[in-house]
Amino acid sequence: MLLSLSLFPPQASTNAAEVDALYLFLVALCSLTAFGVIAAMTFFAIRYRRRPGNEVGADIHGSTVLEIIWTAIPFVILMFVFAWGASLYFKLSRPPEDAMEVFVVGRQWMWKIQHMEGRREINTLHVPLGKPVKLTMTSEDVIHAFYVPAFRVKADVVPGRYTTLWFQPTQTGEFHLFCAEYCGTEHSRMGGSIIVMQPAEYEAWLAAAPGGGGLPSGGSASLTPVQLGKKLFTEKACATCHLPAPGGVGPVLVGIYGQQVELASGATVKVDEAYIRESILTPLAKVVKGFPPAMPTFGGQLTEEQVMSLIAYVKSLSDGAGSGAAVPAAPAASTPATLAPAN
Amino acid sequence: MQTSERKKPNYLNAEHTVASWLLTVDHKRIAILYLVSITLMFFIGGLMAGAIRTELLTPAGDLMSSDTYDKAFTLHGIVMVFFFLIPSIPATLGNFLVPLMIGAKDLAFPRLNLLSWYVYIVGATIGIVATVTGGLDTGWTLYTPYSTAYATTNVVLPAIGIFITGFSSILTGLNFIVTIHKMRAPGLTWFRLPLFIWAHYATSIVMVLATPVIAITVLMVVLDRGFGLGIFDPKAGGDPVLFQHLFWFYSHPAVYIMILPAMGVISEVIPCFSKKRIFGYNFIAASSLSIAVIGFFVWGHHLFTTPQSMYAAMAFSIISFAVAVPSAVKTFNWAATMYKGSITFEAPMIYAFGFMGLFLVGGLTGLFLGALGLDLHVHDTYFVVAHFHYIMVGGAIMAYMAGLHFWWPKITGKMYPEGPAKAAALIIFVGFNLTFFPQFLAGYAGMPRRYHYYPPEFQIFNVLSTAGASILGFGYLLPLCYLLWSLRHGREAGPNPWGATGLEWMIDSPPPPHNFDTTPVVNWEPYDYPAAHRDAAKDAVPEAASV
Amino acid sequence: MSEIASRLQHHFADEEQQYDAATFGMWVFLVTEIMFFGGLLMTYVVYRTTFPQVFAEASHHLNIYLGTFNTIVLIGSSLTMAMAVHSARLNHRNALAGYLVLTMILGSVFLGVKSYEYAHKWHEGLFPGNFFYDGPDAVHQRLFFSVYFALTGLHAAHMIIGIGIMAVMLRMTLKNSFDENWYTPVELTGLYWHFVDLVWIFLFPLLYLIERHG
Repeated sequence: MLLSLSLFPPQASTNAAEVDALYLFLVALCSLTAFGVIAAMTFFAIRYRRRPGNEVGADIHGSTVLEIIWTAIPFVILMFVFAWGASLYFKLSRPPEDAMEVFVVGRQWMWKIQHMEGRREINTLHVPLGKPVKLTMTSEDVIHAFYVPAFRVKADVVPGRYTTLWFQPTQTGEFHLFCAEYCGTEHSRMGGSIIVMQPAEYEAWLAAAPGGGGLPSGGSASLTPVQLGKKLFTEKACATCHLPAPGGVGPVLVGIYGQQVELASGATVKVDEAYIRESILTPLAKVVKGFPPAMPTFGGQLTEEQVMSLIAYVKSLSDGAGSGAAVPAAPAASTPATLAPAN
Repeated sequence: MQTSERKKPNYLNAEHTVASWLLTVDHKRIAILYLVSITLMFFIGGLMAGAIRTELLTPAGDLMSSDTYDKAFTLHGIVMVFFFLIPSIPATLGNFLVPLMIGAKDLAFPRLNLLSWYVYIVGATIGIVATVTGGLDTGWTLYTPYSTAYATTNVVLPAIGIFITGFSSILTGLNFIVTIHKMRAPGLTWFRLPLFIWAHYATSIVMVLATPVIAITVLMVVLDRGFGLGIFDPKAGGDPVLFQHLFWFYSHPAVYIMILPAMGVISEVIPCFSKKRIFGYNFIAASSLSIAVIGFFVWGHHLFTTPQSMYAAMAFSIISFAVAVPSAVKTFNWAATMYKGSITFEAPMIYAFGFMGLFLVGGLTGLFLGALGLDLHVHDTYFVVAHFHYIMVGGAIMAYMAGLHFWWPKITGKMYPEGPAKAAALIIFVGFNLTFFPQFLAGYAGMPRRYHYYPPEFQIFNVLSTAGASILGFGYLLPLCYLLWSLRHGREAGPNPWGATGLEWMIDSPPPPHNFDTTPVVNWEPYDYPAAHRDAAKDAVPEAASV
Repeated sequence: MSEIASRLQHHFADEEQQYDAATFGMWVFLVTEIMFFGGLLMTYVVYRTTFPQVFAEASHHLNIYLGTFNTIVLIGSSLTMAMAVHSARLNHRNALAGYLVLTMILGSVFLGVKSYEYAHKWHEGLFPGNFFYDGPDAVHQRLFFSVYFALTGLHAAHMIIGIGIMAVMLRMTLKNSFDENWYTPVELTGLYWHFVDLVWIFLFPLLYLIERHG
């Protein structure tokens, strides 16, 4: 009993049971196949061992019928396994629309986590029971992988781009969080725990210490990502060109998230996290049609958390009119001369 | 009769100087050079495996520092993959047997063959010296940007070692392809070739097409690191995942470089000890080629957790399942070969049984990893570690041992002692399963690979595994002892101790320096054991194997 | 010294088999070379499709006149190499030596122009290890030059090796090692040299001629 318990991690997400079902099916299928082949060989080995009167094997070349059978049957079974695995994967890689979002930044050797409500934590992730959670992740240095065995999910965390992962906890408690992609000396220590709480407890936890989690980050800790993004939007003078209404040097950002935009090259691109990120860090790689390639690059000037906050802010501009996050008016004094091309 | 044979010069006693070995262009002597070198590599890699397993006895990692642990598993991986497994069967048994089996006097390019050994030695020496002295902690996979920008250890030299060793493998593959195409004895058509040759032909195609890609890829890593090229560095706009694509474009087919020759060995051993034709010759030959070809399009299944597109992942998954079919076909054919055979249980056959069991487990657990949704859980855990050890150690090394015992009489002219050999086969089989089966369980329970510290609930698996490793290590030492012993004390083997078919068994053991005094003309089918039996009965020659 | 029998290695049945094996081996080797460059070209393709405009702009920093000149030089060297093989077939020893020298000179001219281009890039700050260029999207421009230097550098290394092999061929020619029955090494050198030229024929448009039309 004790042994059987330790053969599976806790089944603590909606997906876990489905992954385990496929696993158990494959265990059964493979055991059956292996025992079948081994039983046949054992039988042959005993039945057809060398004995007086059995000095040489029968003169058999093969059988095309058998070859077709044992090519076709495994093929059909394998395609079935493929379809099962693929449909599961399809589900695992598409977060539900209503998932709550959490930002994760990996670095050697810790996980930095930012809740939308402003709370931050390191190596621990608190989530409410029964609510789908979507993680948007990136790395500051090498490739890591965010792995929660109890949820049967894992995704690489890659520097320079965003990856996502989602789960819906079905059990309260504390579960392992591992880094699964080798990332250097302390790789095996780059982990922590996922703490699943009752929703009410979670709300209380969120409210308990706004900006807590023991992360001193220059006074911005108490802000939510949207607030921080809004602040940066002003500080970095983004608002100078990205006006709330047409007429600015750069495109209007209100309502742009999720839209298709046409680029100067003629191609179109969907405005998602990845494109906003690229537009901040290497703005000239994909310029929107009809706008001058005038934006300065912010590569190397923003931390991953700041970029994520800016994205959160830009996304909030598309949440509808009532979001209350209107683009702040441009502070005229801070307009850098280089950024004011004659229009 | 035997005394007169002993006086004839063979490739071993024709010359005795050190130079006659180090400057030899005889494929048989070069095979021996490789055999000695890769055995050394195997025990260096094995030593590291021992260190890793000892360390993992306890979750707290109290034997060595994390840094040392990381270097140990990196060295283990690099030595075992690049310096042992890749050359293992092709460069030793393949080198020795390909010309013999096709009735040629040597490989097409004997000097190139010697060069490939020197290239191998230079590459392996650089690799080993660099990893031992400076240490390398990137894992054998050298993932960027850790290897290019963040590792503080010595990446460049071992990478150059891998780069150089790659050429040895390319030269061997090239030599085999040309030899098999151009040097076959008269009458030896493609479908009269032993399946060992088909397997080596398929292997050579993989060597020739895939190895250059790893060469250029590690070269880019070296340039990235040395000159700041930034091709794989996200800070310089590069894409670190591109490295993984290029790396696995080689490293997945590399698994076929290890397992295809192993399949070739099994296809010789099972018919011989069943005294029966191989079942479904054409299908086994075709499956070797289809594995080699389809194997080039499955590399993406190592990248299911990376940000590759969902549809790419699905394509790689479905092709990965497709490549499982020819392996299954082979397995069924080997089993069917035993049907109505006349089966005996000498050591090579016992090792071949071991191969069948372990390869079955290894191959079938591959289905778990190919199934997309499931892979997200088990990827980069001990499940993967167990799976590929079942294929590469369980499969490839078991077959290598089967082949080594099978052709040992041909290579050395001496019989190995049967009792210890069977005992070793059993010990290795038991030790192997005890070492690696618990790792499947640890992996599914969620233990990530390359972990120096681990949560205590995984300790039970690791204790079992380490216990198995000590048995396995002992098992691997046994053949080293009794095979060396047999060189001096073994019984004379005679040309064909197993009553096997195939051109290599028609000449003396050990073979004369130029293999065949007169070029053989082949007008018979391969594995024609019924005919061989009739001939033997007609000649009434006392059967060597029954002594 | 130039007995036919002495050139037939012991393990071949006859001259024809030996010749077939040698040329077939060379073709297989060239296939590995294609895969070798292929890894790098794949990298090029990935980055060019990701950053098409940046690659087009960065490409404009390359000197199209020097590139064209070098292309013509290399095509010329392929011609002289072909003439060398032809002369070997006819056993025209002096012509063979002459064409070999000519091919080596053309190869050296190519390398000279290439090193001039490299030096120029270095001063412009376009060399990856010495990158101080500050144009639009410098990060990805740098990527273009990384790929450029890797591809052309690898190609240049092949040229240098080729010239070295030709020096050996020249020495063998002058020592009277070849005749109309046996000139396999010259022929294989030719195959190799044509391959190296062919690589350049691909590299030139891929690197120099991005969006140069119109």
